[in-house]
Amino acid sequence: MLGRTLREVSVALKQGQITPTELCQRCLSLIKKTKFLNAYITVSEEVALKQAEESEKRYKKGHSLGDLDGIPIAVKDNFSTSGIETTCASNMLKGYVPPYNATVVQKLLDQGALLMGKTNLDEFAMGSGSTDGIFGPVKNPWSYSKQYREKRKQNSHSENEDSNWLITGGSSGGSAAAVSAFTCFAALGSDTGGSTRNPAAHCGVVGLKPSYGLVSRHGLIPLVNSMDVPGILTRCVDDAATVLGVLAGHDPKDSTTIQDPVKPFTLPSLTDVSKLCIGIPKEYLTPELSSEVQSLWSKAANLFESEGAKVTEVSLPHTSYSIVCYHVLCTSEVASNMARFDGLEYGHRCDSDVSTEAMYAATRREGFNDVVRGRILSGNFFLLKENYENYFVKAQKVRRLIANDFVNVFNSGVDVLLTPTTLSEAVPYTEFIKEDNRTRSAQDDIFTQAVNMAGLPAVSVPVALSSQGLPIGLQFIGRAFCDQQLLIVAKWFEKQVQFPVIQLQELMDDCSSVFENEKLASVSLK
Amino acid sequence: MAAPMLRWCCPGRRFAFARVGCGSCHRRGPPTGSTSNGKRGQSSVAQQPHITAQKPRKGEPEWAAVVGLEIHAQIASNSKLFSGSQVCFAAPPNSLVSFFDASLPGTLPVLNRRCVEAAVMTGLALDCHINRKSLFDRKHYFYADLPAGYQITQQRLPIAVNGSLAYSVYVGRKPSQMVTRTVRVKQIQLEQDSGKSLHDDLRSQTLIDLNRAGIGLLELVLEPDMSCGEEAATAVRELQLILQALGTSQANMAEGQLRVDANISVHRPGEPLGIRTEVKNLNSARFLAKAIDYEIQRQINELENGGEILNETRSFDFKLGCTVPMRDKEGKQDYRFMPEPNLPPLLLYDSGSLPSGADPQQVINIDQLRERLPELPRVTRQRLVQQYGMLPEHSCVLLNEVGLLEFFQNVIKETRAEPKKVTSWVLNTFLGFLKQQNLAVSESPVTPSALAELLDLLDRKAISAPAAKQVFEELWRNEGKTPAQIVAEKKLELLQDPEALEQLCRSTLEAHPDVVMDLKRGNPRAINKLIGLVRKATLGRADPTAIKEVLERQLSS
Repeated sequence: MLGRTLREVSVALKQGQITPTELCQRCLSLIKKTKFLNAYITVSEEVALKQAEESEKRYKKGHSLGDLDGIPIAVKDNFSTSGIETTCASNMLKGYVPPYNATVVQKLLDQGALLMGKTNLDEFAMGSGSTDGIFGPVKNPWSYSKQYREKRKQNSHSENEDSNWLITGGSSGGSAAAVSAFTCFAALGSDTGGSTRNPAAHCGVVGLKPSYGLVSRHGLIPLVNSMDVPGILTRCVDDAATVLGVLAGHDPKDSTTIQDPVKPFTLPSLTDVSKLCIGIPKEYLTPELSSEVQSLWSKAANLFESEGAKVTEVSLPHTSYSIVCYHVLCTSEVASNMARFDGLEYGHRCDSDVSTEAMYAATRREGFNDVVRGRILSGNFFLLKENYENYFVKAQKVRRLIANDFVNVFNSGVDVLLTPTTLSEAVPYTEFIKEDNRTRSAQDDIFTQAVNMAGLPAVSVPVALSSQGLPIGLQFIGRAFCDQQLLIVAKWFEKQVQFPVIQLQELMDDCSSVFENEKLASVSLK
Repeated sequence: MAAPMLRWCCPGRRFAFARVGCGSCHRRGPPTGSTSNGKRGQSSVAQQPHITAQKPRKGEPEWAAVVGLEIHAQIASNSKLFSGSQVCFAAPPNSLVSFFDASLPGTLPVLNRRCVEAAVMTGLALDCHINRKSLFDRKHYFYADLPAGYQITQQRLPIAVNGSLAYSVYVGRKPSQMVTRTVRVKQIQLEQDSGKSLHDDLRSQTLIDLNRAGIGLLELVLEPDMSCGEEAATAVRELQLILQALGTSQANMAEGQLRVDANISVHRPGEPLGIRTEVKNLNSARFLAKAIDYEIQRQINELENGGEILNETRSFDFKLGCTVPMRDKEGKQDYRFMPEPNLPPLLLYDSGSLPSGADPQQVINIDQLRERLPELPRVTRQRLVQQYGMLPEHSCVLLNEVGLLEFFQNVIKETRAEPKKVTSWVLNTFLGFLKQQNLAVSESPVTPSALAELLDLLDRKAISAPAAKQVFEELWRNEGKTPAQIVAEKKLELLQDPEALEQLCRSTLEAHPDVVMDLKRGNPRAINKLIGLVRKATLGRADPTAIKEVLERQLSS
């Protein structure tokens, strides 16, 4: 049952094949068994069981709230959850229990979803590995998959298996791992430079970054306000559409959300792609791109072409400036956003009370890790009066150029862009930490980050397993606010590629019952 | 000509008409002697109502002072600028704090429409250009009562620019020598107020009250077009009246709804402007004038003694009557301004540009607000002068005293008495009583209706003017009696019977042959004595003019 998609399990709930409480308990039990993945920072067992009980009552009365009623979900620990600790994986917010729900969380709860817990991330979502939080790194469930283990046995003999677990990517690695390991049916991530799409690609799940302004950020503890978007991680494109339908729309508490009403939608199944024009940005063919990803990317383009779509090479000439530009804009906003963490109103406060200034300094020193402090320092440097024009203003201008690149491409008749999501498949943790956070972020955001600059919708869809047996994802980028069209294309593609389901039997031998529907799940990609 | 500093207006004068010597009230350096007087010496000069010409030092031109103002007016609105928290003065600490006000992570600002309207109305009233697009910025600094670590303000593109504020000042001593001065309004910007820090030095603790944090402020920047404290104070007073008329701010300085910082410098005319200091902590118009004039004098003294002016922030110590340097915490602040990413540009429309089909709740139409503008103080004063024939300075007093204009208009509405009479009664008698007892108009024991009735009695000559004063005094005691009742009880009605008056006059003449003799010997003042005697006999109920007529007739017959 747990291997099913959200839509499938929703049907099962409606048909009474399983009750919300049973479903909730099974997920909780799996969360416990997979604790070593470190996907969750907080497991809200009591809350979830209570919600399941309520849901069950509704189902008994025949008053289900809809597709999400009784569905276990997880939320990245940078969304404010009323009464549930929200840490951002930082000492600064350890023990902070917000008094309100983020709008997206509230919307999910209003639909009857069960909140299983808060998922792990890089501290304040600053990172691309989910390795830099105070609760430790998240382990990629694929490290323990049959597919990967078998390949490893063939390829290497000497290395210690346990120390070779893989990173999930990030910063929403906890959410990606939670969905990938079947502990919930959908999870919220956040996406500022690729933080939802990157771990989705590494964990073999669908990662949707909606258009900026389509989904409320109220309650999302910000990284970069002008680029942050709540992300959606699910097992298939249809599920992402279902969740998006619930989350999208104007929020009076977020002035940057669109005013026009958004109606929930279901995705039609595309049968004919001949009217589609798929753009392949030539700048995305970088030397660092692994040959496997590159080859899958071409195959995907060929697939569209062979099915009658127009596939055309396009140019996004300012792509190469995106990362450095992002660095200036991101750190500047970080410097500003982090100014509120002074130990006065909430969060960590140091013991020193020599003076207010000394208290600030010690609190922030103790509360933030090196990555956060480094970004705050750079950001404040860029915002200094004498630097503002040379850095911040210039970066904003470059951002406009990058956004215009996309506008020009879409105006030329391209419907959707097809790109890689990541340079390669997930790497082992020991490999990953050889480079520092900044270098990694710069490398890993390369294909995802420009999209945030432009506010466009993008989705990473798992395509195939690498020679190592690890998932690889490709990214579709759509026109602003054409999220639905984007998902229709992604759904068609998903159906063509038939990405294999993760096989975790070995890992979870004791709960074989959980996976009794394994074969059923494999047809979920229809 | 004016010596700098010299003119406090007469202490009683606190109205929007300031008395300043001339257009260049500080254009002249003090004589050396004045400098040696030191700070204390000013008061003696200051008391001089007149400006005595003083010669500048040989070969040196006069001093000119330049004063600009930065004014923060708290917007009168039910809720804060970016949150739904209530706005209320003197509420229990931290009782009006939303999640956003406390800067809880993840909260976002939502612009309060009312605050935008207040800014637009204020801008229109000050003849500003209203920017159809304005932007919000973050201004960063760490302070315990600034929870987010930044203030949201409008640094790059404010909501209104290039306006002007006209105010009237007396030149010379006669009211007729009144001129209108204008100070340019550089810009009006919307921004958040901070919270309040309460320092407990004893326990070396700081307590934070966030009730004020996030209340909407209008920051008004007045260009350095003023040249002395009184001009600045008068401009501020006029602004206060405008804000109150608009209802955009209660603008009460004592409650901190209007806060003024002054930028002050002195220079020799023709030379570049001097280095300026900023004076803060000015919580009344009187202190504002005092502080500015003190600071001008201090700067002149400093420069004349070969010193230099530091670009510093000073605060006014109202007990000592002088400005003192403020402890500069960290040297020069860099506010690291950045666009506020959570607020889209603020777009305003006029009837021509209004997008068709726009939700009226989502757009602000400047033209509509312009139509809704109330009568501004300047116009009210003109109307009073035209409609009631009162002197300009009287119209001014009516507006300056809170509630007095309304009182006056209510009296006018209910009485048949001449407007001039009403003006005189309201400004002299009524206001005099209030001042004597230090009461506000709203605390007056005499209602407009009672005064109107009293003036009616006077108007139809039912009572004499002195009797009317007596009735007013009775009314002031507030024993719930109407003027008519008081008149009846005290038998104050005018003697209407000519025969009775004739008789009283006759018996008075008979009883005082000495005075009659005196009069006949040619002392013209003797008649006044007789009139007084008759009035006494009538218990003040007879009109002196009528008595005089009867007496003269009787004496000549």
